[in-house]
Amino acid sequence: MSDLGLWNVLIAVIGGAIRVSTPFLFVSLGETITERSGRINLGLEGTLVFGAMSAYATAVLTGSAWAGVAVAGAAGGLFGLVHGWICRLPRVNDVALGIALMLFGSGLAFFFGKAFIQPSAPQLPAIPFGNWSDLPQIRAALQVNVLFLIGAVLSLVLWWGFRNTRTGLVVRIVGDSAEAARAMGYDVDRVRLLATGAGGVLAGIGGAYLSLYYPGSWNEGISSGQGLMAVALVVFARWNPLACFGAALLFGGAGALGPALQSVGVSQGYYLFYAAPYVLTLGVLIATSSPNHALAGAPGELGQAK
Amino acid sequence: MVAETAPSDMVVAGSRPSASLPLRAWGARRAEALAIPLGALALGFGLFSLFLLSLGKSPAAFLDLVYRGGFGSAFALQNSLQRAAPLLFAALCVALPARLGLVVIGGEGAIVLGGLAAAAVAAPLSGAASGLGIAAMALAAFLTGALWLGAVGALRAWRGVNETIASLLMSYIAIALANHLIEGLLRDPGSLNKPSTRTIDEAFRVGPMPGLEVHWGLGVGVVACLLAWLLTERTTLGFAARIAGGNVRAAQIQGLPVGRLIAGFTALGGALAALAGFFEVAAVHGNANASLIAGYGYTGILVAFLARQNPLAIPPVAFLLGGIEASSGLIQRRLHLPDATILLLEGLLFLLVLVGETLYGRFKPFSPHLWGEKRAAASQTVP
Repeated sequence: MSDLGLWNVLIAVIGGAIRVSTPFLFVSLGETITERSGRINLGLEGTLVFGAMSAYATAVLTGSAWAGVAVAGAAGGLFGLVHGWICRLPRVNDVALGIALMLFGSGLAFFFGKAFIQPSAPQLPAIPFGNWSDLPQIRAALQVNVLFLIGAVLSLVLWWGFRNTRTGLVVRIVGDSAEAARAMGYDVDRVRLLATGAGGVLAGIGGAYLSLYYPGSWNEGISSGQGLMAVALVVFARWNPLACFGAALLFGGAGALGPALQSVGVSQGYYLFYAAPYVLTLGVLIATSSPNHALAGAPGELGQAK
Repeated sequence: MVAETAPSDMVVAGSRPSASLPLRAWGARRAEALAIPLGALALGFGLFSLFLLSLGKSPAAFLDLVYRGGFGSAFALQNSLQRAAPLLFAALCVALPARLGLVVIGGEGAIVLGGLAAAAVAAPLSGAASGLGIAAMALAAFLTGALWLGAVGALRAWRGVNETIASLLMSYIAIALANHLIEGLLRDPGSLNKPSTRTIDEAFRVGPMPGLEVHWGLGVGVVACLLAWLLTERTTLGFAARIAGGNVRAAQIQGLPVGRLIAGFTALGGALAALAGFFEVAAVHGNANASLIAGYGYTGILVAFLARQNPLAIPPVAFLLGGIEASSGLIQRRLHLPDATILLLEGLLFLLVLVGETLYGRFKPFSPHLWGEKRAAASQTVP
């Protein structure tokens, strides 16, 4: 019996990794774009929450989950543009501004989201990859959402794009040396504005996944720091979109541990297992930081890595 | 890329008028430091009024309710001061590390663990002398907070870990740990509906200050702000911290112990935030439970930024925000607005205060040079 319990936990963690990782993936890809241009946007936590709310509200009102995703992306982009626009003013600290946007985004989401806690919204579709199996656990674990697949393709595209396209190169130049980019005639602030906006779009879509698929409802505790963990994850992934994908899966697995254990009746230490993703993030942050020299792969203009 | 910071710039901020700096020039700088945050506040309330209008709510009624709920009566004032007390400590937790250029936002975790540590120590001491119990509770909270956020500072100093992200992660971990302990090891079996620790002895309760209905946390918090100001502005330690905050490399070349300064200032901030938790347990709740997780740590961040990280400006700002938060219930009931209304207003104010940072030195009437300050040689070479 305990043997089956262990298997159940393992399957649930794998399935959970796929389910839980998607918001991590989108936020960390967005933050990778922003940080590659030389800025940190800590406000993506607020963007994620607002994305979740706006997607849910839109889906309730229009009856279309995809309209919700579109609205969440647009709203996220707007948040990103606000961050990027204010950051170009002299003497404004991008980290502090991120904290302010975190509060503002959450405040806005909670304010307008109150009315949408009760009604239920149409959900995003999932593809059942587990139909070959008779076990309901495996079927449940391999229900893969379309957004997860889009995110996976996106990380591949971004990885390729940073290396091989003109746009990718410009973003990297701006992020590595603003002086050099200016000398080459690029408008540094504008590139960063657009990069932060693009990062916001992805974070907003990540939020849509939270409310429209998993956990699939809107409430005020829906994110509880996932946006922030995803930002930390970017350091771990060394600003590499492909590594973001792997890191997001790892974090998703850690996040799925608590619910998985609870589903097989382990109630001891329930809160501690819920803290697993935070502990993992902190551990990864400690392990990958370096006291003296800039991290390999870190954009040169990033204050954090100096 | 590391720009040479003009030494005059670094020392002038917040220093007293000296013979070389006329009083009027000093006054102009102070007036600027007052006018810009106040302007941001006014603009914030203005924009929020427009927002309320667009929702069909009356801004006048809103402001009236904020006034009545937070400041308009003796009862409201007591309530606001009661809420201001933890904000003082939470804001110091942000302002002290800010001297070193660090952004620490994990005060909430230190508050929760501080309160829990105080409650945990109180249980075995049951029956001991009042003074001993209170001192032990305060000390337990202080040390817990110092260790909790001091660890973040140490990681920053010797491992290069981003202190902003690390401190917030530590907050989430602290809350999970507190929930775990309150529902397990430290739970009072008698607390059925709302898991809590055992209620502390009546003798260990911290009472109100004389002549007020507000507990001693307020008085201690104000004194802590004064001491923090003395520490940062009037001691060599504070001076060293400011130099390290301005230019780490310069500080290291001068042989300043930058690592220990960072760890020490964050530890002190964490210890003070934890005292807020101690007062919440010893003076307000009587035990530790989920009510400790009230978001004071997050509001404290806003208080510190509104006060521009100046410990002397923290008490009035904390009082203002304590009052605004105290009016939340009244606003919900009378205007039928969600409870997040105040959070939204605070987020907006935070944004505008940060935008205001860009305005310093842009207004002619505030220019110290207009009021007799000689231009430093360094400022002329700025491109």
